[in-house]
Amino acid sequence: MAAGHAEEVALARDLIAGQPEAFDRFVEVFQSKIFQYAYMMCGQREDAEEVAQDTLLKVFENFDQLREPERVRPWVFRIARNACLMKRRKSVFAPAQELSIEDFLPRSDQHDGARRLEIPDRSALPDDLALRGELRSVIDRAIQDLPEIYRAVILLRDIEELTTEEAADVLDVNQEVIKTRLHRARLAIRQKLEEYLRTARGAGAGGQ
Amino acid sequence: MEPRQPKEKCKNVFAMLSEYLDAELDASTCRDIEQHLAACPPCIEFLHSLKRSIALCHEHRSPEAPPPLSAAERDQLRAAYQKALGTKR
Repeated sequence: MAAGHAEEVALARDLIAGQPEAFDRFVEVFQSKIFQYAYMMCGQREDAEEVAQDTLLKVFENFDQLREPERVRPWVFRIARNACLMKRRKSVFAPAQELSIEDFLPRSDQHDGARRLEIPDRSALPDDLALRGELRSVIDRAIQDLPEIYRAVILLRDIEELTTEEAADVLDVNQEVIKTRLHRARLAIRQKLEEYLRTARGAGAGGQ
Repeated sequence: MEPRQPKEKCKNVFAMLSEYLDAELDASTCRDIEQHLAACPPCIEFLHSLKRSIALCHEHRSPEAPPPLSAAERDQLRAAYQKALGTKR
């Protein structure tokens, strides 16, 4: 179901060339992507549905302005990001919050390896569906708990897999800002995973 | 014995781990980091856990899915596309 970058570019190229057969698949691919992004950014299902609908409409209304099909992903997300901002204006204003890198430095006891705790390798997870499901909700919550400026970056870079340059373009900031925010967002998520595993292991019978 | 604090070098490396994993650093900075990692097991352990956490994010999809578009919504989008294409030609 999920489309790779190459398929998205091919669909965009076909649509620019006036081949409407690509229309349904393009809608399917991007409606789902935009909805996921908007849901994580706005936190409300109804808002996400409206953002997805508004974004798709804007995308098609302006399809003649997409000059480079290779950039279809950042182009669509830029429109989606603006639609999310419009939603935010209508809701409670959340002040921008900064995460400090100092908060994520391993504590001295951890740095000595005294409390070694492994985040599982994803390739080892398919046999453990329960853990996989739990980790998914932990990551979901961890992303939603991030301040908005970090959430936007991790969604674009690590979930939607845009490049640093593309994410900078979507969010209207320079690439250094993207790198800094991405690192802090990743550290925050790593820490939440670690906290979860520590609690889960502590609660488990015997642990290891 | 008091557990040792992360050294200044560890902190510097710590700040660059994402760029290191994303291959966004120049060769000499990478060599520098690798040299440190080779001699600092806690840092390399942290790097591996960060790498696994990122890998879990890469495959993460929210359980929420959008509702299917109605026929009217789809028609509206198709009309917008055709109009945009019409104005281009």
